[in-house]
Amino acid sequence: MGTVRPRTLCAVRDRRQAVEIVFDHATKRYPGRASPAVDDLTMTIPAGEVCCLVGPSGGGKTTAMKLVNRLVELTSGDVRVDGRSVTSLDETTLRRGIGYVIQQVGLFPHMTVAENVATVPRLLGWSKQATRQRIDELLDLVDLPARDYRSRYASQLSGGERQRVGLARALAADPPVMLMDEPFGALDPITRTRLQNELLRIQQQVRKTIIFVTHDIDEAILIGDQIAILREGGVLAQYDTPDQVLAEPADDFVARFVGTDRGLKRLSLTQLDELQLEPANGAAGPVLDGHTTLRDALSTMLNEGTRTVVVEGDDGTRQMLTLDRLTELLK
Amino acid sequence: MILAGLDVFANSLDFIVDRRELLLEKTWEHVELSIAALLLSILIAVPIGVVLGHLHRGSFLAVNLANIGRALPTLVVIAVGFTIFGIGYTNVIVALVILGVPPILTNAYVAVDEVDRDAVEAARGMGMTPLQVLLRVEVPLALPLLFAGIRTAAVFIVATATIAAIAGGGGLGDILVNQAAYRVEGLVAAALCVSALALAADGLLGLVQRWVTPAGLKQQISTFEPDVRPVV
Amino acid sequence: MAEPVIPDFGEASDCVAENRFFCTDWVRENWDPVLQPALVQHIYLTAIAVGVGFVISLGAALLAHRLRYVERPVAIVAAVIYTIPSLALFQLLVPVTGLTVTTVEIALVGYTVLILFRNTLAGLRSVPAEVLEAARGMGLTRNQTLLRVELPLAVPAIIAGLRIAVVSTIALATVAAFVVSKGLGGPILGALRLDFRTEIIAAGALAVGLAIVADGLLVLLQRAVTPWATARTAT
Repeated sequence: MGTVRPRTLCAVRDRRQAVEIVFDHATKRYPGRASPAVDDLTMTIPAGEVCCLVGPSGGGKTTAMKLVNRLVELTSGDVRVDGRSVTSLDETTLRRGIGYVIQQVGLFPHMTVAENVATVPRLLGWSKQATRQRIDELLDLVDLPARDYRSRYASQLSGGERQRVGLARALAADPPVMLMDEPFGALDPITRTRLQNELLRIQQQVRKTIIFVTHDIDEAILIGDQIAILREGGVLAQYDTPDQVLAEPADDFVARFVGTDRGLKRLSLTQLDELQLEPANGAAGPVLDGHTTLRDALSTMLNEGTRTVVVEGDDGTRQMLTLDRLTELLK
Repeated sequence: MILAGLDVFANSLDFIVDRRELLLEKTWEHVELSIAALLLSILIAVPIGVVLGHLHRGSFLAVNLANIGRALPTLVVIAVGFTIFGIGYTNVIVALVILGVPPILTNAYVAVDEVDRDAVEAARGMGMTPLQVLLRVEVPLALPLLFAGIRTAAVFIVATATIAAIAGGGGLGDILVNQAAYRVEGLVAAALCVSALALAADGLLGLVQRWVTPAGLKQQISTFEPDVRPVV
Repeated sequence: MAEPVIPDFGEASDCVAENRFFCTDWVRENWDPVLQPALVQHIYLTAIAVGVGFVISLGAALLAHRLRYVERPVAIVAAVIYTIPSLALFQLLVPVTGLTVTTVEIALVGYTVLILFRNTLAGLRSVPAEVLEAARGMGLTRNQTLLRVELPLAVPAIIAGLRIAVVSTIALATVAAFVVSKGLGGPILGALRLDFRTEIIAAGALAVGLAIVADGLLVLLQRAVTPWATARTAT
């Protein structure tokens, strides 16, 4: 299931332009350890894009992410946000301009949802009215009606709701950059999928530059515009679009990491309505809507034992996809 | 003021040396009284607490008993006991036991109640009778906390026995309430003795507590810290 | 020592003459001159002791929270003081500070410090790690984290400690009568010497009642100040 459900736009005005993040030979060494946690990481994350950092445990992906908001300090090299080195700012000021979301959320138990979300605006001295307005906007954005959720406490929320509040809290002061450390890892699979899609929807509107750490390659493929694979010892194995990583893994490690079913995974990157297909002309077969992925289409063919499926677009027109056509597309 | 104080302390040390038979006698009385009261309290409180904890019943009473015990001013208990029993040993022992039972009972209850349920279930699953489960699994695991309660009670009893002198209890309290006969130096000497006694009791029981804790249970038991569990 | 009202056998009621356990007429007559002042003094003694003890232990706990090595020495000193029987502690202080309220207060403060220090420190340490990480990542300074996150979350443990401290101090303050004639211990001691039951029971009941009321008030305070702790948990 990798469909993005489009929604109507919300009235969230995020004034600030997204910015670029640059890792320039960034290295982190812990004293007493033989190999570095992050080793000479060099890559550029374009403004407004989501970069997923994936890799095995101990691969240094969380450490690399934390170099950006200086929860971990660089040993050598540099990290630049919007052209300025992260070391040029005092760390508290830096962090107030970066949204930070972690797996266990870390909502303040003694504050209501509204107070939690208002934390950074309050630190920055926003007016009460501006803050209130912003909270309402954000709760709306993450699909938690402000009327119901403003005054609730963390203990009264489900896991999914808590993480939505965490997201709203991170977005509150309208930071151009977001750091997300396995944010959906502690949720059940259904909630996780829901929130992944929510994130994609929100990102379409707010266009932040996001670094998203995950150990789940499928999640990375779904969410990422770019994928950075780090191997043990914090070395960058490959930095590319999801499609490229799946089509042409840089080495055996990457190939093994993305899985031997990477051919199938690639299919989930394309939706049926993005393809050039023949009109159905009365062909028989199971009907799928245009937002179905190629992968799910193939799965349907296998389940139903047919070689043809009918694709119905949003405007009602019908096209058809045959197994032969699909094989051609694989090349 | 401080200098005068130091003077008194110096004199009290003299007192200790000069009147050591008296002090020894009184200390011994004190120890006797405390041990008697402690043993009696243990005899009453431990079985009740352990059984209640094993059955997981009566939690409200058991937990709040310690709070009630803490709230009872020792002086009040002794005074009220005095009105009932008059002067004498009975009154004092009753008062000491009334004050000594709550911490032991509460701790015994909580200690057994909070024993790892999985361990108990495994034991039952292996075919142990309830009594065997109690004696072979629950009690050993509960011992550290149980001893913490006994420690608290012991210190409490030593302290209360001091005040019990006004109701005829004997012990070092006799000196402490009798300024006329023994003067400030005597009082300070007695105070030092009883303090040493209390600290020794606490330390000794702390060692026992540590000795009694199974090696597997990782517990930070300081020889000096009494058990004051927060009640939330 | 406080002067209990010596029953005047000429005018006193039968109840008092027979030294029954509780004579309401005596209580009514002596509420103003004897019982109420003693009660008020007792409240003062307790309030000052707990107040000062709280300030000291809060400071010590904040220090121990920042500097780990502070904890052990403070805990040991406080524990030693706590173990010394109250009467002994009073008498040890008398040569230095005399037969005054100060002596009593110093001892009472000493007793509260152990409980309050322990509880405050435990409360500060009970803040979940992810909450602290989120706070740091969001750009809160150390002091802001302390004031806005750690201390508020430590309040339940602190109030639990206050409850124990208040109740214990009320009980201990009765022993103060051995040193200076203030508080409910005065009437009790005096009546003990004369074997006058009603006064003992009356004053004793007041002491216990005071403890119960104070404990109840603190429970209410905690509910009022931490709405988030009593909010219903979700599925």
